[in-house]
Amino acid sequence: MNILNQTTFEFESRSSNEAFARGAVALFASQLDPTVGELSDIRTAVSEAVTNCVVHAYPVSVGKIRINVRILPENTVMVRITDKGCGIEDIKKAMEPLYTGAPEQERAGLGFAVMQSFCDAVSVRSAVGKGTTVTLRKKLSPRCGNGNT
Amino acid sequence: MKTMLQDKELTLYLSGDIDHHSAREIRETADGLVNEMQPRVLKLNFADVGFMDSSGIGLIMGRYRTMQLYGGDLRVTDVPDSLRRIMELSGLNALDVIV
Repeated sequence: MNILNQTTFEFESRSSNEAFARGAVALFASQLDPTVGELSDIRTAVSEAVTNCVVHAYPVSVGKIRINVRILPENTVMVRITDKGCGIEDIKKAMEPLYTGAPEQERAGLGFAVMQSFCDAVSVRSAVGKGTTVTLRKKLSPRCGNGNT
Repeated sequence: MKTMLQDKELTLYLSGDIDHHSAREIRETADGLVNEMQPRVLKLNFADVGFMDSSGIGLIMGRYRTMQLYGGDLRVTDVPDSLRRIMELSGLNALDVIV
């Protein structure tokens, strides 16, 4: 993989960090001069993934969430959200729209559906008891006079 | 949160970011006000909402269910263009609550 730039940061799985996480990823992706809509899509998709970690990966404790953001050729952003939480037993079921593992918390069960709609590709790797990695990929539209340095 | 009660219609003016973190407090405030004022219609005004993820959809759905229990209605108003896509994705249009 030809990685032009990347950052990795880690934070605790507290809901108060959800805004920070999506803001930090959006800020890093800004170097590609995305449109307002593209930035909003990235922000929303990351928010969904991070919320899944807070709500489902560490339901009764506070754990670590790590995010790696990569700038790839052809205006592509790749975001990897990793936790070492409880893991997903049935990934296919978890990704079904409207399915939620936490119905008592007023969860809409749309996290993965939003990620898939707002990104070009979403992949999920998970092992029960070990953790989960969600990878988002989005190609941004080329911008005129985009001086990549 | 700015609110307005007029003719048994309660309007809540939401603002800022609506995510998993902020949804809880909004939910508690909204349910408290609905319980106290027993409006016929609950209106959620989104004019000043700059960001929303699917936690906001859950918030809307929860208030819809609450109002249904009371025999009332829910309306979602002044939705910024930036939030239309996630609302459409959620199928909220089918509930006929978005004004």
